[in-house]
Amino acid sequence: MNGTAQAEILSPGAYASLQDAGRRGWRHIGVPWAGALDARLMRIANVLVGNAENTPVIECFDGGLHLAACDGPLHVAVAGHAALEVDRGAERRAAAPWRSLTLAPGDSLRIRRMEAGRIAVVAIAGLTVPRMLGSAATYTRAQLGGMDGRALAAGTRLQAAAAPGHAERVLPAAPAPETGPCTLRAVPGPQDDHFTPEALHTFFSAEYRVSPQADRMGVRLDGPALAHRGAPEIVSDATVPGSVQVPGNGLPIVLLADAQTAGGYPKIATVIGADLPRLAQCRPGDGLRFTAVSAETGEAAARERETETRRLLAAIRRLAGGLDEAALYDANLAGNAVDALNPEHTP
Amino acid sequence: MNVRVLDAGDAALTIEFGDAIDPRLLASVNALDAAISRMHAEGGLPGLIETMPTFRSLTVFFDPLATSRAALRNALEPLLAAAETVAPPAARHWRLPVCYEGEAAPDLAETARAIGRSADEVVALHSGTEYLVYMLGFLPGFPFMGDLPAALRLPRRGEPRVRVPAGSVAIATGLTAIYPWESPGGWHLLGRCPVPLFDAGRGAPALLAAGDRVRFEPVGTAEYRRLTAAIAAREIAPQHWLAADGAHETRP
Repeated sequence: MNGTAQAEILSPGAYASLQDAGRRGWRHIGVPWAGALDARLMRIANVLVGNAENTPVIECFDGGLHLAACDGPLHVAVAGHAALEVDRGAERRAAAPWRSLTLAPGDSLRIRRMEAGRIAVVAIAGLTVPRMLGSAATYTRAQLGGMDGRALAAGTRLQAAAAPGHAERVLPAAPAPETGPCTLRAVPGPQDDHFTPEALHTFFSAEYRVSPQADRMGVRLDGPALAHRGAPEIVSDATVPGSVQVPGNGLPIVLLADAQTAGGYPKIATVIGADLPRLAQCRPGDGLRFTAVSAETGEAAARERETETRRLLAAIRRLAGGLDEAALYDANLAGNAVDALNPEHTP
Repeated sequence: MNVRVLDAGDAALTIEFGDAIDPRLLASVNALDAAISRMHAEGGLPGLIETMPTFRSLTVFFDPLATSRAALRNALEPLLAAAETVAPPAARHWRLPVCYEGEAAPDLAETARAIGRSADEVVALHSGTEYLVYMLGFLPGFPFMGDLPAALRLPRRGEPRVRVPAGSVAIATGLTAIYPWESPGGWHLLGRCPVPLFDAGRGAPALLAAGDRVRFEPVGTAEYRRLTAAIAAREIAPQHWLAADGAHETRP
């Protein structure tokens, strides 16, 4: 069947926006990439519903997202360490992330809370979002992407494909939550020579804490102030996702996908791409440290992360038709339930 | 010129020509950017994603899964020396209307006081100079332009504004700019320009490009309103604001 359906946002939760792999090629006119902060989650969620890996998804912070299927059934999947529930009429059941499920018209899916991290990604089969400058990624400061350049709000309706005919899929061994001490690898520079040796030592040894100012633009950190050698400003040059800017107050700010493309603060280091999703998942109050690595180590880490992502994508399995209705809603036993189903997977 | 290649993480490197605001540095940045574009178009830079030119440096973004910093650096090396000596390309010249009156100019009186001149003198100084677009950044389409006449140079405001209206024409230090979007901002607001600087529906979304030249043309409040309405009705195309060849050299 090739029918269409809609997903209606009943509540966006703390913050939710449509994102894809981001907008490339426009930084020279001041347009940042935007795009999913944790692209692995986007790719997993999309493959779970049978979409191409970089199809637009809903990226939501801190839970609370609530959406309903309208005008047809929806095939959806959540990637991230989220506790979910599905309402069908008066019935409310827990549901599991890392697998797809079908919402009948009128059903709704809610991200009740995050069990680890703060970002979850929701993929919807056949989700269609207009592209602007080559991408559907929402960048609200310039009203680009998403629905009319805005974050999702209650009442927003998204166009998708009607679900019948879709097979449910599952990621049998979901990635474990990254708990424990968070150490981010960072390449010194490009302006490490604007800091005192003590400041560099402090940056790469002290513990910092994620402040409440943490969003898609960047993460402000609390902790020991870093002393500049000379003025705390430079003639503006380019920033990159991961740039660690240090303004006059000495407290670092790590830039993320929506950050401005240039800045006038010295940048002591750059967090490597492989570790940015971990940073984006940090909640205000979480502690973290930085460790210095070479650019070559960062490149190797990027390749390792990609290999691991591909391994996870390749592990996604189809569930045998019709037998998983109960398992679908089996929230906390997802791993066990799936293992039990393993021998019955159809190729 | 002392060219340095700096690490900007595992997926970008920054080629720095200097650390000043200087048209000669900009010429080198733009020459290198053009040379990289040509090499990329010929397939010579696999894994290149894009470049970001600024006042004094060019940052090259690459995909570490498709190339490496070392490979890219080797490929770029021959382009670096050539970029240092190149003459700037022919510039486009723009004449943009600015309303320096009333609520469009919230910091005009204050700026005049701060530099010990009259408001009219501030307008004459600001609109009497042709500026170079050094780079676009901060916001999509936001042009950093210079250099301001020495008499107009002021530090940024002590208290940045939470909300600067779109179209605001502003100054700080040696630079002037137009805010394409409403945003927070710490510059002094001298006027308002009705011409949209960014339109994602255009093939070239940003009106201005690094290397362009811009002169401001004072217009009254009534003319500003008329232009705003005409632009909204799409009666005036962006090219309207391009000065004809040589026209920038003669002033009425």
